Amino acid sequence: MALSRRRFLKLGANATVGGLLIYTLRGVLPSSSPGAADAGTDDAAEGYTPGDTSWVFIIDTMACIGCGRCVRACKEENDVPLEPHCNRTWVERYTFTTDGEVYVDSPNSGYDGFADAELPEGARGKEITRSFFVPKPCNQCDASPCTQVCPVGATYKTDDGIVLVNQDKCIGCRYCVQACPYAMRYIHPRKGVADKCTWCYHRITKGKLPACVQICPVGARKFGDLNDPESEVSKILAERNVSVLKPEMGTKPKAFFLDLDGEVV
Amino acid sequence: MEGYVFPNEIEVQWSLLIVLYPFITGLVAGAFVVSSLYHVFNIKALKPVASFSLLMALSFMFVAPMPLMAHLGRPERGFQIFLTPNFTSAMAGFGYIWLMYLILLLTETWLVFRRDIVRYSQTTSGIKGLIYQVLSLGRTDLSESARRADEKAIKVLAAVGIPAAALLHGYVGFLFGAIKANAWWSTPLMPIIFLLSAIVSGIALLIVMYIITMKLLKRPIDHDCVNSMARWLLVFLAFDLTIEGLEVLSMAYEAEHSWEVVSELITERIPVTYFGIQIVLGSLIPLAILGTLAAGQIRKEVIIPTVFAAAVLVMIGVFAMRWNVVIGGQLISKSMRGFTSYTPPLGGREGVLAAALFLALPFYIFSAITSFIPPWQRPTEDYGDGVETPTEAAPAWETSRGRIGGDF
Ligand code: SF4
Ligand code: SF4
Repeated sequence: MALSRRRFLKLGANATVGGLLIYTLRGVLPSSSPGAADAGTDDAAEGYTPGDTSWVFIIDTMACIGCGRCVRACKEENDVPLEPHCNRTWVERYTFTTDGEVYVDSPNSGYDGFADAELPEGARGKEITRSFFVPKPCNQCDASPCTQVCPVGATYKTDDGIVLVNQDKCIGCRYCVQACPYAMRYIHPRKGVADKCTWCYHRITKGKLPACVQICPVGARKFGDLNDPESEVSKILAERNVSVLKPEMGTKPKAFFLDLDGEVV
Repeated sequence: MEGYVFPNEIEVQWSLLIVLYPFITGLVAGAFVVSSLYHVFNIKALKPVASFSLLMALSFMFVAPMPLMAHLGRPERGFQIFLTPNFTSAMAGFGYIWLMYLILLLTETWLVFRRDIVRYSQTTSGIKGLIYQVLSLGRTDLSESARRADEKAIKVLAAVGIPAAALLHGYVGFLFGAIKANAWWSTPLMPIIFLLSAIVSGIALLIVMYIITMKLLKRPIDHDCVNSMARWLLVFLAFDLTIEGLEVLSMAYEAEHSWEVVSELITERIPVTYFGIQIVLGSLIPLAILGTLAAGQIRKEVIIPTVFAAAVLVMIGVFAMRWNVVIGGQLISKSMRGFTSYTPPLGGREGVLAAALFLALPFYIFSAITSFIPPWQRPTEDYGDGVETPTEAAPAWETSRGRIGGDF
């Protein structure tokens, strides 16, 4: 009750009178589903109150060894279909050759790891100057365009800043998939609704780490709370050189990359 | 697929059905504008198509949301867009704008045809007569003052309808233009481009439909009317092409990072549908034809087939434009390092056959509506000239429907 009232007030600030009427009515109408924050597959753990935390994700591309464990862990943890175009996270390989070319690939999203992966086509036979891997989670953008464009409010941002999809409400219009500049979203082939990385909201609200962070053998994926000054992420953000992806999009990402190469998008 | 495409981008999100959506709403907006040119701006030459175009707009309006609905992952929840709209979303307004416009169209159509309907209800018996009675909504006054009142209301609605049509279709452009993640879509010019091309396609559709219908009904084609439509088409087409050209030109001149991929898109991924069909076949050639016509350089006997051909080309061109925007934009990977590919399947919910069905449906609806209230055979005089034409009986709908419906 308290929650829906709060959402109601928040909405009132920028909605038209007609919209308000409809919004008010929706609780009464039999066909309407519960408000975004009230339900959903990625609901917080019981007893958890959002708002005390300020989570961030940090990726160390120089540490990543391209083993693909995180991709496999994510698919398993979050019931992500094995189809190659369904990914909550993936790992990219950047390959630089002596002729100044950059090659990027992500065979099967990095699910199988890169140990046996052939070089990207153009790079074969060339001399390689350097190469590294880039794991990609959702940026949980503070100004998330995916939330902005969802016509029914199925995509929403929790009070602790995580962008979630209420899959009981999503109509599968794919507008959010278009709007995400990072291609982090996909349409779940069986459910017909949008799906995306939640930084394992069901785990972090219980005090656990996201599955990919937990399984990474080299600490290339780091996760923590900025409100805790002693946390590893707080220290890194205070002391190291970090950047975000596509800052010109104005999305204010909360996933940071350590010493990121300028070629990475 | 070429270069690097993010894993989730292997699947193209918006299919052929979403190409239809702006195409169909564009036809609605355009057809409506033609009827308003007559009702509001008193372009007398357009009188033969004034009410014709209203019915055309209405027929397409009914179908406009269908491809959208069919495309949803969860169509059964589509109605939520009315119940729980999220007002920061450009898409949330869709249901309301569509509904508002539908009501406006229905009301204006009813006002334009009310006196016909009343006449038919007096001269027809049986179920059909009853339908006419219901359609008249009990307002059976055929007097001069009632006629004046109708006309006044029509004028107001037609005037309101112009910004409404602009809203309807400018809005569709905004849906795409507001996606900053997409280099080919993200431009503030998008609503204007969509609006102009909508008007262009609507006029072209009317020309095509008017000529075909008159031929099928073996009725005389009004040369002044076709000429006038051809001129309007020329004007709007010229504007449309200019704005579309300026958009790409300024992108090319500024040559931002994204231009690299956009130029590759239009020169290597969609050159046939972009340069070949949209620009040359669908814009430049019709522009040349219509320009020659406007300069009085075309022999009178061949004017009708010439205008017809130009209009068909324009419609093909606008369809290609919708394709190039909707599909073209999605071919660019957000990694800016590659392109994905898309070929619509033949069958299935989002295939070519389904799309063809959605495109055929408005013509069927049109033939059904016109079998009730044929715009080319008005039992009451047309508004404004004050001469009462002899009362005709209600149209025999089996025959007229058979004749028109069978050919589309
Ligand atoms: S990365 Fe994409 S899906 Fe994630 S919050 Fe940002 S816009 Fe939304
Ligand atoms: S696909 Fe679902 S979550 Fe995404 S914009 Fe549409 S309704 Fe919202």
